[in-house]
Amino acid sequence: MGVPLLSVRGLSTEFRTERGTVKAVDDVSFDLAAGETLAIVGESGSGKSVTAMSILRLIPDPPGRIATGEVVFDGRDLLKLEDHEIRSIRGNRIAMIFQEPMSSLNPSLTIGLQIAEPINLHRKTPWAAAMDMAAELLARVRLPDARSRLRSYPHQFSGGMRQRAMIAMALACQPQLIIADEPTTALDVTVQAQILALLKEVTRAVNSALILITHDLGVVARYADRVCVMYGGRIVEAGPAREIYARPRHPYTIGLMASVPRLDQAAGSRLMPIDGQPPNLANLPPGCAFAPRCRHATDLCRAERPALASSGPEHHSACHYHDRLSA
Amino acid sequence: MTDSAPERVLEVRDLKVHFPVMAGALVRRQVGSVKAVDGVSFDVRRSETLGLVGESGCGKSTTGLAVLKMLDITSGQVIFEGEDISDHDRARMRPIRRRMQMVYQDPFGSLNPRMKVAEIVGEPLEVHGMAGDRAAYRERVASLLDMVGLLPDMADRYPHEFSGGQRQRIGIARALALEPTLIICDEPVSALDVSIQAQVVNLFQDLQERLGLTYIFIAHDLAVVRHISHRIAVMYLGRIVEIASSSELYGSPLHPYTEALLAAIPIPDPAIEATRPQQIITGEVPSAMRPPPGCRFHTRCPRVMDVCRSVDPPMRDMGGGRAVACHLHGA
Repeated sequence: MGVPLLSVRGLSTEFRTERGTVKAVDDVSFDLAAGETLAIVGESGSGKSVTAMSILRLIPDPPGRIATGEVVFDGRDLLKLEDHEIRSIRGNRIAMIFQEPMSSLNPSLTIGLQIAEPINLHRKTPWAAAMDMAAELLARVRLPDARSRLRSYPHQFSGGMRQRAMIAMALACQPQLIIADEPTTALDVTVQAQILALLKEVTRAVNSALILITHDLGVVARYADRVCVMYGGRIVEAGPAREIYARPRHPYTIGLMASVPRLDQAAGSRLMPIDGQPPNLANLPPGCAFAPRCRHATDLCRAERPALASSGPEHHSACHYHDRLSA
Repeated sequence: MTDSAPERVLEVRDLKVHFPVMAGALVRRQVGSVKAVDGVSFDVRRSETLGLVGESGCGKSTTGLAVLKMLDITSGQVIFEGEDISDHDRARMRPIRRRMQMVYQDPFGSLNPRMKVAEIVGEPLEVHGMAGDRAAYRERVASLLDMVGLLPDMADRYPHEFSGGQRQRIGIARALALEPTLIICDEPVSALDVSIQAQVVNLFQDLQERLGLTYIFIAHDLAVVRHISHRIAVMYLGRIVEIASSSELYGSPLHPYTEALLAAIPIPDPAIEATRPQQIITGEVPSAMRPPPGCRFHTRCPRVMDVCRSVDPPMRDMGGGRAVACHLHGA
């Protein structure tokens, strides 16, 4: 990778709760090249969404706070920008697509107005021209009858149509980076496939980078170039998608892959679940966060937190025994 | 299962569940109906798992509720362990409900937060007058908790103290309390984290093996359904479009909708995904208030023919317990 488009270094985000300070994201670092699709995979509480929100500084403060780190985007540290500067980047050069389009669209404004707004705001395009562009964008995300849909309100759209409108809105200012947080979790399977294929196609067309946040290992396999696996607020494994699936080097990744049923696997085979429960961030063990659920865990794992170390070409794993594991 | 014809626990014949749609401010009148389930027939054999899959609005959950008679049936028959329960009222359903139980999707909404685990799990025993004396009751609750992999001392805790997976185990223990024959599981793992789903799926399989349970497993995730089911019925807009053993359904799907569903689900392996043909069907599921004429899938079908637009394809028996409703597989 030459100079990355986005470089996240040592990012930590905390939340103050009644039971003390919780580190939702703990010392997370990764790079993203232009045009690349990076999947951040993890279960609830792994810190994947908070990582995304921290990049755009959308963490509500209080109770949240980005404690340390750098988020260098196109040469500038987003964490050091003034409020008006970050606002000129959000929705303009970095766009975000959320899981539930109904709660991220304004129910009382027309779809056309909501798509045209960032064009008018960031590009100072006059409203009439911005509305024309909105119609073009809706056609590009293959919403039938795009021009007449400009006057529709979100409630008149189905879930899939709303998510198409969200993608149109994200594309409005031709961003260099799109962050999609579980963009299809609320949709039916056939519509999910349509939306993800569309997202991949439109980002490829404008060479924009994509951060895809998901819990679905199948979605990652189909769409991602590189993967970061998160657990307990940290990246536990990172690398090219093919490499990670072929040679996983962290017991959590290995466990996840063995615990999901696959369509291409004979029925009747037994799933190998990961024992125990996901960690409580307010009460993480001193050593490796996965140690209580790990069948390879030793005293070293329980005492000392493993650092993310090289485990192959562009492949990193945060396991004391990464070089001795096999799936 | 023995050599003789497998015993049928449940027979559903041409089941219809229509919901009236009312309009008018002063004079309410019926302006239409949502045909949530519109002529569905299937059997469930003893100790098997029948999967019901489909997208939202296909009628899979409504079918489950109608089988339990938790919804009024518009027409058709539900025969449970040889007894036609289609016209049973609440009083006559009561002894039957003991033998058919339900596990719900949401492990947070389906447990009363003010009740201790022991009360939640033991409540069915009390309702059905099977609680016995206090010692026997405690013992029964403890054995139910043990059966689902929870510890006996958890009996005195409240639901909020448990994780999603543990709560789902509590829901399963409650469903097992009355030693049912049939358990209807409506999306029982879809609210759980990936690493926890496998624990609960394995628990369902272990319990089936130990207790000879019969399941109807309702879910939208075809990979999970394929894993746990012996046979699968694929539903679309209130109808079953294909029913087959789970290996046949995956190995050689006959209905274009089944093909589309399978193609839509990515396989967690980038090497396989890179070479897999990406056939993605367009459009979304139409409204169940006005289903398309002819074959209900024709508006999205990549292999639509003229006949599909006007003639509703009947369910055709393809032999070996397999059936499909598609003009491509006509007589």
